[in-house]
Amino acid sequence: MLTIQTPEAVMFWFLAPLSVVAALGMLLVKKAVHSALLLAWVMITLAIFYIAQDALFLGIVQIVVYTGAVMMLFLFILMLVGVDASDSLTETIPGLRPIAITAALGFGGLLVSLIGRAKLGHDAYGLTAANSEGNVQGLAQLLFSTYVWPFEVVSSLLITAALGAMVLAHHQRAVPRATQREQAIARFRGASLGSAAGLPNPGVFARHNAVDVPALLPDGSAAPNSISATLKARGDMLDSAQFELGEVDNTVTEEK
Amino acid sequence: MNPYNYLYVSAILFTIGAVGVVVRRNAIVVFMCVELMLNAANLSFVTFSRINGTLDGQVVAFFTMVVAACEVVVGLAIIVTIYRSRRSASIDDASLLKR
Repeated sequence: MLTIQTPEAVMFWFLAPLSVVAALGMLLVKKAVHSALLLAWVMITLAIFYIAQDALFLGIVQIVVYTGAVMMLFLFILMLVGVDASDSLTETIPGLRPIAITAALGFGGLLVSLIGRAKLGHDAYGLTAANSEGNVQGLAQLLFSTYVWPFEVVSSLLITAALGAMVLAHHQRAVPRATQREQAIARFRGASLGSAAGLPNPGVFARHNAVDVPALLPDGSAAPNSISATLKARGDMLDSAQFELGEVDNTVTEEK
Repeated sequence: MNPYNYLYVSAILFTIGAVGVVVRRNAIVVFMCVELMLNAANLSFVTFSRINGTLDGQVVAFFTMVVAACEVVVGLAIIVTIYRSRRSASIDDASLLKR
């Protein structure tokens, strides 16, 4: 017979609402990174639930595999794909959201009422007997006797998934990469010889850290192609005129 | 408190994940919602393992985690492949078959 101690009840009533709120937040926040962080929080609360329910090994695996590896992978892909990737919360299919929420309320209500009405026929046993030799030892005994065949199948699945990811991520070039020699020839055969020696560096001004300020050409005009295309696209280009000296002090005083 | 309360949390989290899969449009967020559903199912397994007094539920939850890890690896590779060809991670943009 399982009796749940007060600390676990307090923990549950504190963490369960928090995890549900975080999961709801996942749906409502706009940025994918925030969703990922909220999901990481849900996973950590689940790990605490596992540990509280005598599943020590699973709790640790949950933290190591999910919040450690899987969420890192998610964040990595988010950074790769672009944090600002279009994620509007507008409905693209009209009427989808009310239908989804109604269906979810129905489905959730069905599940909850089912759990509420279900009778197991016996009291909860608890894992004290099953964990008597230790949780990891008990799991290992099952894993390598009853579940040894699924275990092997899962291992082959892991290998297949790793191979599949490599095949998917493999990128075959349609045309061979231009060699340095070909690039140099193309530069000199181009429309103008202006860029043959490479593009100019951004301006160097004493009063500004000058990567976002165009350099000045000999005639005093600005050279916009001296700025990185990324800065230009972001609109982070400053006017170089404001950093020029207003008047050059020509009166050099001879010392002594 | 009785251990069935964990099952309620699991059901609620599963439902929220299902709504997320339907409602959100960013492929990565959709994928995270699938992960949430898998995690909710795991919580049920662990709770039933405790209620029934055997460790089988925990073993199944362990297998679920391994399969989820595989799924994440392949799924994210697919998302990156689509992103490379279409420059978008929105699931509405991958609708070539419709046109």
